[in-house]
Amino acid sequence: MNAAHLNEGGISAMRLRGLMRKEFLQILRDPSSIAIAFVLPVILLLLFGYGVSLDAKHVPIALVVDEPGAATASFTGSFRHLPYFDPLTLPDMRSAEIAMREGRVEAIVHLRTDFGRKLYQPGGTPVQIIVNGVNANTGRLILGYGSGIWINWLHQYAQINHIHLPASVQVEQRVWFNSELRSRNYLVPGLIAVIMTLIGALLTALVVAREWERGTMEALMATPVTMNEIIIGKMAPYFVLGSGGMLISVGMAVWLFDVPLRGSIWLLFGVAALFLLVALGMGLLISTLARNQFVASQIALIVTFLPAFLLSGFIFEISSMPQVVQIITHIIPARYFVALLQTLFMAGDIWSVIWPNALALAVMALIFLVLVRRISRKRLD
Amino acid sequence: MPDSSDVASGAVVTLSGVSRAFNTAGGPVQALDNVDAIITRGRVTGLIGPDGAGKTTLMRLISGLLMPDTGSVNTLGFDVKEQPLQVQASMCYMPQRFGLYEDLTVQENLDLYADLQQLPYAGRPERYAELMHMTGLAAFAARLAGQLSGGMKQKLGLACTLVGSPKLLLLDEPTAGVDPVSRRELWEIVYRQVSKTGMSVVFSTAYLDEAERCDEVLLLHQGRLLGQDTPAAFSSRMQGRTWHRSLDEGVSKRALQHRLSQLPGVIDTTIQGEQIRLVMAADTAAPDEANLQATPPRFEDAFIAMLGGADTAAIVSDQQPVHIRTTDNDQLPVIEVSGLTRNFGTFQAVKGIDFSIRRGEVFGLLGANGAGKSTTFRMLCGLLPASHGELTVAGVNLREAPSSARSRIGYMSQRFSLYGSLSVLENMRFFSSAYGLGRQQRKMRIDWACKQFELGEVIATAANDLPLGYKQRLAMACALLHEPDILFLDEPTSGVDPLARREFWHRINLLAEQGVTVLVTTHFMEEAEYCDRLVIMAEGTILAAGTPHDIRMEAAATGRPADTMEDAFITLIHRQPEFATA
Repeated sequence: MNAAHLNEGGISAMRLRGLMRKEFLQILRDPSSIAIAFVLPVILLLLFGYGVSLDAKHVPIALVVDEPGAATASFTGSFRHLPYFDPLTLPDMRSAEIAMREGRVEAIVHLRTDFGRKLYQPGGTPVQIIVNGVNANTGRLILGYGSGIWINWLHQYAQINHIHLPASVQVEQRVWFNSELRSRNYLVPGLIAVIMTLIGALLTALVVAREWERGTMEALMATPVTMNEIIIGKMAPYFVLGSGGMLISVGMAVWLFDVPLRGSIWLLFGVAALFLLVALGMGLLISTLARNQFVASQIALIVTFLPAFLLSGFIFEISSMPQVVQIITHIIPARYFVALLQTLFMAGDIWSVIWPNALALAVMALIFLVLVRRISRKRLD
Repeated sequence: MPDSSDVASGAVVTLSGVSRAFNTAGGPVQALDNVDAIITRGRVTGLIGPDGAGKTTLMRLISGLLMPDTGSVNTLGFDVKEQPLQVQASMCYMPQRFGLYEDLTVQENLDLYADLQQLPYAGRPERYAELMHMTGLAAFAARLAGQLSGGMKQKLGLACTLVGSPKLLLLDEPTAGVDPVSRRELWEIVYRQVSKTGMSVVFSTAYLDEAERCDEVLLLHQGRLLGQDTPAAFSSRMQGRTWHRSLDEGVSKRALQHRLSQLPGVIDTTIQGEQIRLVMAADTAAPDEANLQATPPRFEDAFIAMLGGADTAAIVSDQQPVHIRTTDNDQLPVIEVSGLTRNFGTFQAVKGIDFSIRRGEVFGLLGANGAGKSTTFRMLCGLLPASHGELTVAGVNLREAPSSARSRIGYMSQRFSLYGSLSVLENMRFFSSAYGLGRQQRKMRIDWACKQFELGEVIATAANDLPLGYKQRLAMACALLHEPDILFLDEPTSGVDPLARREFWHRINLLAEQGVTVLVTTHFMEEAEYCDRLVIMAEGTILAAGTPHDIRMEAAATGRPADTMEDAFITLIHRQPEFATA
């Protein structure tokens, strides 16, 4: 036996191959890790992709016209032709209010008496929109769409009738990067970041703890294997598995949810690989400390998944968070990955965004791997 | 480079002034205390000692998985503090729960360990063939390790540790829970390797008869090395202190054993076939008893004597006997089983067995792991429904009214089922309320249990912090709080050291004398001697049934010697036609 091979940093190709083959065989025979890597992203993407939409579509609203006429008919008609609303014409405000209380409609659009006349008066308010504020998000959307429809209609009405309207403020709206204003376009890339956090951390959090629980770690440690070999032997197979999960997620985003991918696919997988290293490192760290599968999985959910969900900017805009929370988001790896994914999907290869975020991920990956290496010692105490 | 002086002196491990402490919830524990020893090359050395003596800690220190607080450990010429990887490259350690990957096949496990030991590919086919042949695993190469029997798993573990032809082999309780046949086969493999390759072996065991097989024994107790010598030298210290007392007409073995254990100067009594074996304290004359005969000492006698004897004198007959329901007809069996079968999918764990147990009997259910004992047991307790067959406990058919039978049953499981974070008193309070005892009765029974099981001094200790022997007592106390007249004990002595096991059987004897029916499972064959009647199970069927004497006679009838229950077991199992192939 050549003693030179046997230092803590040494790596033997034969041992590493043995460890990795063992890990792959275990992955193949234990459906749970395959489920985490491949089934979990599909379920989460379907759930969030279809379930969570921040767009309003087919919102039931009540239309109340006090004094029907040509102008009112033209205006209500513009509500009927849009996919955002399902209008219901009601005879008076009383029945509309009842419908709102009963939850049959989310908003009331009230066209008052003298609609046609008030149009020409400066400061006249011929239309009232009452919104159910219980669901604040939908409420805001209805108001936004409602006033948009009103302005558009006024504009058209004035053009057709060759009249000058005092109320017509000309608003020119242009939306960049997500011109259809589909919330899915930014939700899905963010969601991929959350999913990859969960997969990466959960996969490795379970596997080292499992070896401790089943007593295989003690037997492993009694062999001349080095800690570097054990760590690489754990990281490499789950890196492959996690990359598979990433591939599935990106595929679903592009082909199922029609999210545009404007950046380079190679860049996308490059930053994903970097992030996967961070997530796997977190999982290994948790697993090494916990030595118990149940505890490790709970910790993994609480310290990786939840912050990634809430503080990464995936749903909740970071710039609108309190100052303290904004500072905390800087230690959440998913924050950088969300920014990278949203940019790569919707805007393209914007290097001024990619460089700082990728650098942050690289630093974090290094920190976690160094930490794992330092706390993993070939000792049982 | 190995230290040449050590090589010359033939030391494989040198321990000098080794101490090691651990911090536990209950404060620091000194696992090893200033141990000095030299383990000789090319020999089989046994680490013997009761539970918590420091055996596992010592093995981990020798293999460089733990570092000593003070002192030094030199293994194969390397200081384990400086060069743990060099140590691990030339030795192999098989931990108590050997880490086989259960979702890998036999061959894949071997491949993994060959890779880890960097065995060159060229030599592998030959080495594999040799190991497979030796362990009898060749036919199971493609089977998942998780689907092997307990004995085969241990053999595979041994094969994995032997794959790199280590110079030193450390085995931590390699035979715990393994059936007698596999146990013998394991030792044959080890001894063949020693004689063939000159390998050194250090092993620990709870089976004292295995200590007799060692070249040398290190006797550990509470972290201290009590002695290092050959087993014969240990035994010879007991010369003139060991006696056989044959039975009297009309007196039960258990009653006689109990009476003898209370005599002054007696430090150990065991039932051995149709005799009681007595061990006397040093410089004590043999008791004034009839039918006494000198017998040669064993290693076990020295072990018990050096550890101060089992504390059985304190276990006295109860002032307040267990209340026995007298309405039942004493002639009827308390437990009756016929055609009992249990299937798990296509696998038949229990294949239509019959037996019956009378009141006040100690009835043993013996067999190796996987013989169907635990499945039978769970069906009897009403924890698992039977697939077919009839099952009557205390006159109640378990299929019709399991709960009314359960109130008369006390149950103690293999893992003791205690609440680890609750104190001894809180555990007893919980179990008494679970069985629906009233306030008055509860207080009375807890007082009784504290006295009977000597739990008074640990009453406030959390169950997790108790030594194993105390845990076992507490578990038994909890099972007896509601004064059951039937007691089910599932492997109550598994993992418990010989001293605690002796105490335990004394308590069981007393309960049986008071009329409690006891059904007990065990894989310690010598414990069968404590049973009035027993069945030996193998592969879901009953191999033999009757009194210990009957079973030994039945085995002796085949022409092989059957002095001990273990010999009898092995003889009977070899009689099975299907066994010849396995």
